[in-house]
Amino acid sequence: MALMAGTLHVVEYNVLVFRRIWRGSIAVSFFTPLFFLAAMGVGLGGLVNRSSGGVNGVPYLDFLAPGLIAAACVQTAAIEAMYPILARIMWDKTYEAALATPVTISDLIRGEVVWITIRMFIVAAMFWLVMYLFGVGHSLASLLAIPASILTGLAFATPIIAFTATRRNDNGFAAINRFVIIPLYLLGGTFFPIAKLPLALQVLAWATPLAHGVALARGVVLGNVSASDAALHAAVPLAYFAAGLIIARALLMKRLAK
Amino acid sequence: MSDSNSLILARQLTKRFGDLTAVDTIDFEVAKGEAFGFLGPNGAGKTSTMRMIGGVSPVTSGLLTIFGLDPARHGPTIRARLGVVPQADTLDLELTVRENLMIYSRYFDLSWREGARRADELLEFVQLKERSKDKVDELSGGMKRRLTIARALINSPELLLLDEPTTGLDPQARHLVWDRLYRLKQRGVTLVLTTHYMDEAEQLCDRLVVMDKARIAAEGSPRELIDRYSTREVLELRFPIDEQPALDGNLNDLAERIEVLPDRVLLYTGDGDEAIAAVHRRGLRPETALVRRSTLEDVFLRLTGRSLID
Repeated sequence: MALMAGTLHVVEYNVLVFRRIWRGSIAVSFFTPLFFLAAMGVGLGGLVNRSSGGVNGVPYLDFLAPGLIAAACVQTAAIEAMYPILARIMWDKTYEAALATPVTISDLIRGEVVWITIRMFIVAAMFWLVMYLFGVGHSLASLLAIPASILTGLAFATPIIAFTATRRNDNGFAAINRFVIIPLYLLGGTFFPIAKLPLALQVLAWATPLAHGVALARGVVLGNVSASDAALHAAVPLAYFAAGLIIARALLMKRLAK
Repeated sequence: MSDSNSLILARQLTKRFGDLTAVDTIDFEVAKGEAFGFLGPNGAGKTSTMRMIGGVSPVTSGLLTIFGLDPARHGPTIRARLGVVPQADTLDLELTVRENLMIYSRYFDLSWREGARRADELLEFVQLKERSKDKVDELSGGMKRRLTIARALINSPELLLLDEPTTGLDPQARHLVWDRLYRLKQRGVTLVLTTHYMDEAEQLCDRLVVMDKARIAAEGSPRELIDRYSTREVLELRFPIDEQPALDGNLNDLAERIEVLPDRVLLYTGDGDEAIAAVHRRGLRPETALVRRSTLEDVFLRLTGRSLID
């Protein structure tokens, strides 16, 4: 089989499953940012702007919205990399079925990563549209927030697939949410500048891909990021993604090719 | 059997999981067009052998070729020509009956159009056409099994691997599966199956190996194995529970071989009716006495001292 054919067929499988839920899923992808930006950006943001004149010299809504796109992609990636993947490994065993065909374990991983990318694209594009409607990011460059956010999500997708490949039940997923995703969401620079954190937490935050992804998305939307900073903010998530990919492949091999 | 005719060739084939040896230096060959069986109890190494043939599980040591190819190097090429019916259903519960076949056809790189054509043809073959739009959840166990078989046939495989194809099915559903497998065999599809049902092995297999504790205990056609390891007839006697231990060897000279099981005594003999008469002449009064032909169950008992289904 041609190198990418197996990967394409794994994506097609996901499309077939998604066909049943796409309407609801796209509606959620539109209304979630609408409520978030209205409540946090306009409502809470109004207070912030009146008391301190915005954050880092821009209105709170402008500060908040781009980072939320990256954070939304991380949440989408995390969910897609947990339950559906574990179901295919051990509950429904559909990976076992696929591996009885010319499809390989590498095809499975590549296909899932491509699919998660497509899911994140839908989420990020809808979010960008809502942000635009709220009057933020009226520049061509602000569209770069979409790939920046997808990259941030990918930095979580492959390490979480690797984690899922080791699971015998879904208990660990709640822990990942509670101890990784939510703390990062709250403290990773999305809602307030990382510089406001105690120094130790600042160091910790900058070691994670979310802080860099948020900084990158915000930078391209506000048009105030230098090329060298942008390169660093892209390199960190990319490194997490690449390392996760290698480890996920090795762990899935161990799990499925016994 | 010449090598060029062998679809599968195994020499000293071994599979270990840590300290556990699941398959221990077994030799076998499967010829084109044959229906070949692995008969043995659970844990004998049948599934491990099947997974190695399917190119999913790496060989620990020994030689294994399928279509003359090494599964470690040509896995996808081999699997493109194989059909696999796994022991546990791996159907996709999120998709409909027909979608399960369609996506599988894509995994084999068939076009959507060709996949649709084959899916409809196969749903007819396994008598599930009316259920094609249903979710898999709604099917009975026998229907799921037939759908799994249809799915395994989507690439028109030369070789079909079936791991315990009818375990857990009711008698009617089993006969329907056997009938479909028999038709495939008639079309020239090579069948390799594992089973712990001796009647399944006798129904379907031209040739089989008896596996026990990771090794092959015997090999031949069902008829040959029965001739070699058992007598023509078997007399089964049931005694009242407290009397059976008291028999204490006094039937020994009435048959070529005797097996004392917890609930009955088996007398292996060429002439069962004559053996009954002899038992009665001794003044023994069994509660029931049944003369039957030898089966593979008797072969297994002879080879291992245990029955197939514990």
